Amino acid sequence: MLSQFFEFEFLRTTLYTGLIIGLIAPLLGTFVVVRRLSLIADGLSHVTLAGIAFGLFMDKKYGLAVLTPFTSGTIFSIFGAILIERLRTVYKAYQDLAIPIILSGGVGLSVIFIALADGLNNDLYSYLFGSVSAVSKQDFNTIWVIALIVLSLVALFYKELFMLSFDEEHAKVSGIHSKSIHLLFILLTALVISASIRIVGVLLVSALMTLPVASSIRIAKGFKQTIIYSILFGEASVILGIVSGYYLEIPPGGTIVMVLISFLIITTTVQKLWLKSQRKKAIV
Amino acid sequence: MTETIVELKNIRYAYEDKIALKDVNLSIPRGAFLGLVGPNGGGKTTLIKLLLGVLTPQQGSIELFGTSVGKFKNWSKIGFVSQKANTFNRGFPATVKEVVATGLTAQIGYLKFFSKKHRDKVKEAIELVGMSEYINQNIGDLSGGQQQRIFIARALVSEPEFLILDEPTVGIDTENVQKFYELLGKLNHEKKITLLLVSHDIGTMTSHANGVACLNKEIHFHGDTEAFHNLSEQRISSFYGHDLNIVTHNH
Repeated sequence: MLSQFFEFEFLRTTLYTGLIIGLIAPLLGTFVVVRRLSLIADGLSHVTLAGIAFGLFMDKKYGLAVLTPFTSGTIFSIFGAILIERLRTVYKAYQDLAIPIILSGGVGLSVIFIALADGLNNDLYSYLFGSVSAVSKQDFNTIWVIALIVLSLVALFYKELFMLSFDEEHAKVSGIHSKSIHLLFILLTALVISASIRIVGVLLVSALMTLPVASSIRIAKGFKQTIIYSILFGEASVILGIVSGYYLEIPPGGTIVMVLISFLIITTTVQKLWLKSQRKKAIV
Repeated sequence: MTETIVELKNIRYAYEDKIALKDVNLSIPRGAFLGLVGPNGGGKTTLIKLLLGVLTPQQGSIELFGTSVGKFKNWSKIGFVSQKANTFNRGFPATVKEVVATGLTAQIGYLKFFSKKHRDKVKEAIELVGMSEYINQNIGDLSGGQQQRIFIARALVSEPEFLILDEPTVGIDTENVQKFYELLGKLNHEKKITLLLVSHDIGTMTSHANGVACLNKEIHFHGDTEAFHNLSEQRISSFYGHDLNIVTHNH
């Protein structure tokens, strides 16, 4: 059954891309979840959509091949990240307000560009829900460069990123440049989102960042273990989702998320049963 | 002569037009265990923020280890424990070891990794606060008193010479408060760490600290514990601006 995935180059590229995002999305997702910023991923993915729509529009109207929808999506995502940070300092008392502003702004712009580009087409559908056949060789090259950047920066700044996530006040008092580290974190998130969109789609990209962590956090001890389990859940869901999506002719965004949801149900049940047996043991 | 660790001279600080501190003079010699007491809104937290360089005084000067606070770079000499046991995210998936290790992050510096030497320091700090058996537990699974010990270990891991504690016993039960003060006594006597403890629990504190300072916008009293006990209750109440019951614990 899997043989086709090694036979056809486009499927191989999709699977490799899947494996890359199955690693970086839950990795960054762990920091996103513990900092209670899960909605930022949603905000940024909708800004990315505006960038993609802009790219499609430019392509259709002017045939500008320089700026692919993927590239313009990435650029929009990075600007969206900076804008969210700006807004969070403007609305100090209502920091979560930055996310709906960015999210609706992103959707608003998307609608305009889509209309200007003469409506929905197949391409846009694949950006919304992901696709097994949409990853071009050029996209793949950009995605693994993004992954390399993300992995090395997280490794280099791991201890600062962790400290800032656990206790921002302590980080500041200790003399860590918390603003710069936070900006780094949000830019990495923007990059991971734009890299993941080809496979899981705009609407479900935040799921690949947060759902593996939601499962992992229930059974892991400590932060490093939470990251490792999240990545394992992420990779398993991407492989199962892409393969089943291909055979069932369903966009992989849908299948990946459903696999992740079933992981969540399994880990929650297992954890509950384990706690029950521990309690029984304690009574005996 | 004993070295002075902290020297505050004529400090004035106001939030917009509300004065928090005025004419504050305070010096803490090496080896002291000074308790800082005072009513809510008396400027205790402001004073700590000034010491940590988070706020800058509008008037006066602050010296840490003989260096002006603005130029002070050696922050790992100073440890800080806040009321965190009550406020941090209990669901955060971090082990005791991981939390204590963050106390070394600033000292190790950017672009450098933890080495075996650092990991040993983390283990030692956890041992010092008597929490070795919990080293791989998630911090959220511990009791409030145990968590506060971990936050002390985090402050101790960089081997500070001066430790500031801001209301560290809030929300901790009486028995654990007792153990907590024993630990502080040990740090002061055996490790020779200078301590500044902010607390509103005057009774328990004065039976462990060797000096007391009363702060209500100004320093109303600064002396050893015995002199503090000899003050009339009326005088202490006048610092606070209301009647106050002091329960003295004798050990």
